[in-house]
Amino acid sequence: MPGSAFPPPSPDSPPETPRSGITRRGFLKGAGITAASTALLEGVQTLRADAESEATPGVTEFGPGADSVRLHVNGAEHVLDIEPRTTLADALRLHLGLTGSKIVCDRGVCSGCTVWLDKIPVNSCMTLAIDAIGHHITTIEGLSSESEPHPVQAAFVRHDAMQCGYCTPGMVMSCAALLERNPHPTEHDIRHAVSGNLCRCGTYPKVFAATLDAAGSRRA
Amino acid sequence: MSNRPTEDALLPQAAMPANSTVKMPVGVPGYTLHEETRQAPASEPPVWPINKDLQYVGHSAHRYDGPDKASGRARYTSDVQLPGMLYAKFVNAALPHAKVISVDTSAAEKYPGVRGVYVVEHVLGPAELRNPALDRGRYPVVRFAGQPIAAIAATTPAAAQEAATLVRIQYEKLPFVVDLDKARESNAPPVFPGPADEEGSAGGGGGPSDVHQTGNVHGPSVHRVRDTEQGFKEADVIVEGHYITQVQTHSALETHGVVADWKPGMLTVWASTQGTASVREELAGYFDLPMSQVRVITEFMGGGFGAKFGAGNPGVVAAALSKKTGAPVRLMLDRQEEHLSVGNRPSSDQTLRIGAKKDGTLTAIHLVSYGTAGCGTGAGCAGPATNLYQYASLHTEENDVFINAGPASAMRAPGHPQGAFALEQTIDDLAVKLNVEPIDLRDKIDNHPVRRVERQIVRESALWKSRSPVPGADQGPVKRGVGLAQSVWYRFVRTNCAAEVRVHRDGSLEVLSAVQDIGSGIKTVLAQILAEQFGVPPSQIAVKVGDTNYPVGPDSGGSVTTLSLTPAVRDAAWQAAQKFLADIAPALGVSPSDLVLVDGEVRSGSGKFQPISFRRAAAKMTASQITAQARRVPDYDPSKYLTYGGVDVAEVEVDTELGRVHVRRVLSVHDCGRPMNPEQTISQINGGIIQGISFTLFEDRLLDPKYGLMVNPDLDLYKIAGAREIPQIDVRLVEAYIGQSSTDASGIGEAAGVVSIGAAIGNAVYNATGVRVRRTPMTPAVVLAALRQGGTQA
Repeated sequence: MPGSAFPPPSPDSPPETPRSGITRRGFLKGAGITAASTALLEGVQTLRADAESEATPGVTEFGPGADSVRLHVNGAEHVLDIEPRTTLADALRLHLGLTGSKIVCDRGVCSGCTVWLDKIPVNSCMTLAIDAIGHHITTIEGLSSESEPHPVQAAFVRHDAMQCGYCTPGMVMSCAALLERNPHPTEHDIRHAVSGNLCRCGTYPKVFAATLDAAGSRRA
Repeated sequence: MSNRPTEDALLPQAAMPANSTVKMPVGVPGYTLHEETRQAPASEPPVWPINKDLQYVGHSAHRYDGPDKASGRARYTSDVQLPGMLYAKFVNAALPHAKVISVDTSAAEKYPGVRGVYVVEHVLGPAELRNPALDRGRYPVVRFAGQPIAAIAATTPAAAQEAATLVRIQYEKLPFVVDLDKARESNAPPVFPGPADEEGSAGGGGGPSDVHQTGNVHGPSVHRVRDTEQGFKEADVIVEGHYITQVQTHSALETHGVVADWKPGMLTVWASTQGTASVREELAGYFDLPMSQVRVITEFMGGGFGAKFGAGNPGVVAAALSKKTGAPVRLMLDRQEEHLSVGNRPSSDQTLRIGAKKDGTLTAIHLVSYGTAGCGTGAGCAGPATNLYQYASLHTEENDVFINAGPASAMRAPGHPQGAFALEQTIDDLAVKLNVEPIDLRDKIDNHPVRRVERQIVRESALWKSRSPVPGADQGPVKRGVGLAQSVWYRFVRTNCAAEVRVHRDGSLEVLSAVQDIGSGIKTVLAQILAEQFGVPPSQIAVKVGDTNYPVGPDSGGSVTTLSLTPAVRDAAWQAAQKFLADIAPALGVSPSDLVLVDGEVRSGSGKFQPISFRRAAAKMTASQITAQARRVPDYDPSKYLTYGGVDVAEVEVDTELGRVHVRRVLSVHDCGRPMNPEQTISQINGGIIQGISFTLFEDRLLDPKYGLMVNPDLDLYKIAGAREIPQIDVRLVEAYIGQSSTDASGIGEAAGVVSIGAAIGNAVYNATGVRVRRTPMTPAVVLAALRQGGTQA
């Protein structure tokens, strides 16, 4: 089971008798309920299917301590020792030093922590790192290279679509994801795409203008 | 913030060298531009012309750190990770008012990963008792739910959080009050056992300390100008209104926090702050360290809006834990703590009466205000009533009412959105009563020359022309309305700031100042100034700020940063350029006065040599580095009382069936002296407008009267304007030269829209419906109630 952190449960052992309060299967069920997007739900289901299709006898539980997991971030594989409760945001920020995504509300309402799972934007503060296993994670750091910024990043700079800049990585990830799925958005589409992104400095008008401009320059 | 710029007069002024007489542009190009004479220190650089005649300053250079911010490379305090760093978590009071009997940290100390525990000895932020002996006891009295009591430092954030839950606190409950009206009653539970005062910060806030206190009512602070009794007698018409505004929290996206690294001989602190100097001063004072052994770094900071000055509880506790554990400690507040414990905009309950002659002349303004700054002070809101218009008499009484809630702190234009919400709607009421257009009435009572130009721009705008003179003219349930209001802010000059400019032999240039860029873009402006002085593009300038290792910068509060620091930077740049030219002139075989720096070249005015690139000229320097430092000199004519402001127009749609107010368009006409970078200035004005809309329509800190807890300490139930609520905003920047410094810059943060937009919305709602909504936030329930009552007191 490549990319998976934890050995799957033995088919012989009772699935819901945890040693320390939680089983992989029960945990995944819970995680599935809180998952933030359809894509993530699909990912979890895939993971669960993997878990149930491969048998490694003798080990049925995991956590609460740290285990070794493999995450695919910005085109590279990383092995991290994390507890199962570790959010993707913490895994990225604390374990991998990818501090571009910000934790602001810590409950999935401000989108400051937006990253992509397989190009779908998710709130990494509401996503468990283990739920991201097997997915391609893209953070703001992986959106572009220093020498060649993403068109949305370049447009944000041109239009001064930032003030303190703390919401900017999340805004950029949301707007860039919009252009991935809709290369010709209207301002209404952009407002919709960033309706979950909170900016306290009040930079929205320039975010709209920058994203429209980025869409135009991509077309050109 | 006091209503008048007085404090700087108390500071020792920079030494004044001999003066010379200079001619400076003053006024608004296209309207009132003219020349005035000033006495400037002889050491000052030549006077700059207006923006159109400059190459870099006054034009929209891209934000200096834009690429870092857009790429996620920008490292904020919350991103700092040091080897061996510990994570700290506060243990906070669960009750709104209590004596702490005991704090048992033994279980927490034994928790795996815990390296240090600290019990808070003194809580920073709340008002302090005039007689501290009234608070006897081993631990600070809890005066609001969320007050920090202890803190844990552990190897992981999770361990710190879990250990924090193991701290056992024994309380003796005290009666509490969290409602302003109840707190004013004579039998209300006292928040303090005696009179207490809170000083303001560099951003303002705080309240007067020389006032009477009865129960929880701290005040009134009374200000009189002539005789209002006489003024009302002379009035032909009198208008009156009762206005209520709510408590708003700053809700900066980056919470308050620090990373403290206490090493022998040096305490290094990364701080999310609006004042590196203020953090250093507080830490040096608290721990009795020499200033030279405290270094504060703020490379990037994620918003402050007035709440982030000084080390505060997080700074002191993190430093103490770092000292105790011998490891660096990161202490960032969580979202709940950010709402509860580090500041807010006080509420207001204002009764405002205005008397006027038939021709509009104001004969009397009488304002009585109550407001709560929680267990702090700073709810005064008489600034707009005092400073916006000319009047024959004025009487203001400002009262702070203590409740068991977190202390307020300065918030963007302290007191002014509240005060303007009442004043500017009452002025519109007066216009209705006098049967004049509100914009014409303001021409009568406001002689500020720049505001006059701004009203002219509004008058000529399509948006203002589209306003129906008849309120409630639309037939359907959704009614459109247009309203305007004015803002005011003041020129506060901090002469206690300096900058250093360096020219290197490789042709590179850098500017150094401890000033922090809080998002307003001072880094960019400093680069533009050097670019202008040396004739090279801003992209070639290195800007080093946010570090107390550099010359002291101003604390960024009260719109002081750009106007205070930029003249020092220009002076240093000019001096460095003079030294540079003097140094290379002999190698070029000319006198320094023959040399000109322009378009990336060094040229000979007399044509003695072919222009050479700046870089090639720099290679001729006799030392590897030329430096110049300059301190801010006082304003050239400090006797001038200067205000900035603007006129904001809002177009709203009011759904009279659902009670929803939607702001569709805003026209924002503002001045700030010489705009140094119009694009960044417009960003700030957009922000002021949006924060003001958010305050007027959505935000509300809700306290449960039964338990004394905030019920919405998050960012979902504490509703802030988002992308769908943003109107089309049309900003018109008015260049308004004042002839005061070598850059003639001013500030925009406070005056930018946040002061006036609430009243503009209120006036637009009146224009739409014929009903006045006198309460914020204008939620559907508030609007429907006002519509039902037909505009009587909300």
